[in-house]
Amino acid sequence: MNGGSITAASASARPVDDEREREALARITRVRANAPRFRDERITMAHGAGGRATDALVRGLLLPAFASPVLDALDDAGIIAVDGLDLLLTTDSFVVRPLRFPGGSIGELAVNGTINDLAVAGARPLALTLSLVLEEGLTAAVLREETAAIAKAAASAGVVIVAGDTKVVERGHADGMYICTTGLGRRDSRAKLSPAALQPGDHILVSGSIGDHGTAIMLARGEFELESTVVSDTRSLWPAADALLDFGSALRCMRDATRGGVASVLNELAETSRVGVLVHEQQVPVLPGVAGACELLGIDPMYVANEGKLVAVVAASVAADALTALRAVPGCDAAADIGVVTTEPEAMVLVISALGGRRVMDRLTGDPLPRIC
Amino acid sequence: MKFVDEFRNAELGSILSERIAALAEPDRHYKIMEVCGGHTHTIYRYGVADLLPSNVELVHGPGCPVCVIPMGRVDDAIAIARRPEVIFTCFGDMMRVPGGSGTLLEAKAEGADVRMVYSPLDALRVAGANPDRQVVFFAVGFETTAPSTALTLMRAKADGVRNFSVFCNHVTILPPIRALLDSPDLRLDGFIGPGHVCTIVGARPFSFIPEGYGKPVVISGFEPVDVLCSVYMILTQLAEGRCELENQYRRVVPHEGNAQAFQVLGEVFELRPHFEWRGLGFISQSALRLSSRYAAFDAEQRFPIAGVRVADPKACQCGEVLKGVIKPWECKVFGTACTPEHPIGTCMVSSEGACAAYYNFGRFARQRPTAPVAAQ
Repeated sequence: MNGGSITAASASARPVDDEREREALARITRVRANAPRFRDERITMAHGAGGRATDALVRGLLLPAFASPVLDALDDAGIIAVDGLDLLLTTDSFVVRPLRFPGGSIGELAVNGTINDLAVAGARPLALTLSLVLEEGLTAAVLREETAAIAKAAASAGVVIVAGDTKVVERGHADGMYICTTGLGRRDSRAKLSPAALQPGDHILVSGSIGDHGTAIMLARGEFELESTVVSDTRSLWPAADALLDFGSALRCMRDATRGGVASVLNELAETSRVGVLVHEQQVPVLPGVAGACELLGIDPMYVANEGKLVAVVAASVAADALTALRAVPGCDAAADIGVVTTEPEAMVLVISALGGRRVMDRLTGDPLPRIC
Repeated sequence: MKFVDEFRNAELGSILSERIAALAEPDRHYKIMEVCGGHTHTIYRYGVADLLPSNVELVHGPGCPVCVIPMGRVDDAIAIARRPEVIFTCFGDMMRVPGGSGTLLEAKAEGADVRMVYSPLDALRVAGANPDRQVVFFAVGFETTAPSTALTLMRAKADGVRNFSVFCNHVTILPPIRALLDSPDLRLDGFIGPGHVCTIVGARPFSFIPEGYGKPVVISGFEPVDVLCSVYMILTQLAEGRCELENQYRRVVPHEGNAQAFQVLGEVFELRPHFEWRGLGFISQSALRLSSRYAAFDAEQRFPIAGVRVADPKACQCGEVLKGVIKPWECKVFGTACTPEHPIGTCMVSSEGACAAYYNFGRFARQRPTAPVAAQ
């Protein structure tokens, strides 16, 4: 026997000549291709992490229950055609702790997070609804601050808040406050986006340094006693989307790389379009403070949340121009071309490391947890 | 990052890659085991295998500290965590490891107060902040992490902390390596030694591998260039007909161990007569428990522990996979009862375990080009 263990890239390039191995691989392929089933007995934090468990919750329980072609597309926003006008609708809940963190606060996130879902769907954000779930005992000062943050973010993004709701829950039930926002946008006439439109040769752009928000939040919780200057990247992505929409159908698709980070977005796209994605790790912009914190905690910044970074897939012919256009947008000067779409291996994301070797950047199975060693 | 990026350098990597290729005899298949899970992570993270010729194979050893904890011990941990007076603290990656009845993460979802900490001192701090609760730290890991648990216990004792205890599952690295070497069906050409463990125990204890078993061992650092360099050193030994203990990680690892660490380990711990390893069975004198001087801080004495042994499922063949006797797909439960979502054996628990890696990437692994891939 010359077996043993096989890592992402350690098997030799041999044909599968053993019937049983062929069967085992065929079985795995079959199981992986099945829509995930929601079989857990309870909700765990893994269901909120944006990885496999979230996928099982959404595709295994929610989508079948609501049977809607718009929802089935699992885009960042759903489309409603009204008298020839394409409206996009999206919703999001914000449950961040702490409420204020370096670079932003829950109020600012609640506006930017929702309008970003519209922006990457190619829609100019128009209006928001706002639902506040407040915890008994929350100080008025904090509520005032967040109200002001919401108003400011909405004004700077040019959206109006047109409806709202308030609820109060007992102490111990809402980490101070939770915010839900729903956003309405109008599809931009230049947008020809489809997450299934990726083609081999297309380039992958990110609009700036990655992992800033998630790292800022982790460090702001004070659990790791690391001092750092990392700040959240929360901002409206409409200006970046607006700049990229000029490329028409050469702009295949945009995604807001929030929960689960750039890695999760790329995996979703590779699966939807049945293509491979190859990322050059050294071209991925990561701030030194983020790289250092992630290194210490054993977390890959590619999986860390962003709140103001988009991933765009563009045709090779416009990649350089699209990157230039993106870098001209305020706050996107660190935008980078990080990789390409490939034919093989289908539905997988590979990374070429700094060393020059490859690894598979798979979907998360749960929350990214710090490693012991 | 200074002092880190140098050891991830593609140029150095490709020089080593070429030298390794030149050294490896084309008609010989080399199997080198990296003992430590940290090395496995590096190999996976940087695609080190892409820089090796296809006849130089890295075999992942038993050194992933969370994966080797047997199911019964995880169940005991969960039972402690479910006690209403307890705040149960543990390292992050331990939370997902399944016992016979679920994981700590699931216990948390059902109401147990399970908190992730980054060091045992954090757990002691939780005890200070919650004087009316019993705080338990789930201690896992090899000699690398044991001293920090020991120092924490010494601090707790000195401060007279009454609401803190440790559920000790520290293990030692040499006995499982010896167990593997004693196995008649093992076929390995050399070992990449666990650099971090050696910062505590020194390189010297590993000399029994060349002396007693005739296999070269190179104590290695944890960056990809370190690992490549260690593979090169092992192949050089084989080519020159040498069989020695060498230390590639001299910038950190002394030949003799860390005397201060030995002293605190001796003060706080004693060897267990035997301990069960997931996938490997019982191995004598392979784990630590608290010494009688620290009995008051021993969670196994403070709380009733069922101590029920949950047998590894009969069909699970992690032991054979670890020894390189069978391939993951040859295991009877591979891909059916045992999957990354519902793992049974240690090789499927960690995403870097041999079985999980094969399950997730086996199809891709066969598409590897013969020449290493250069960075763009």
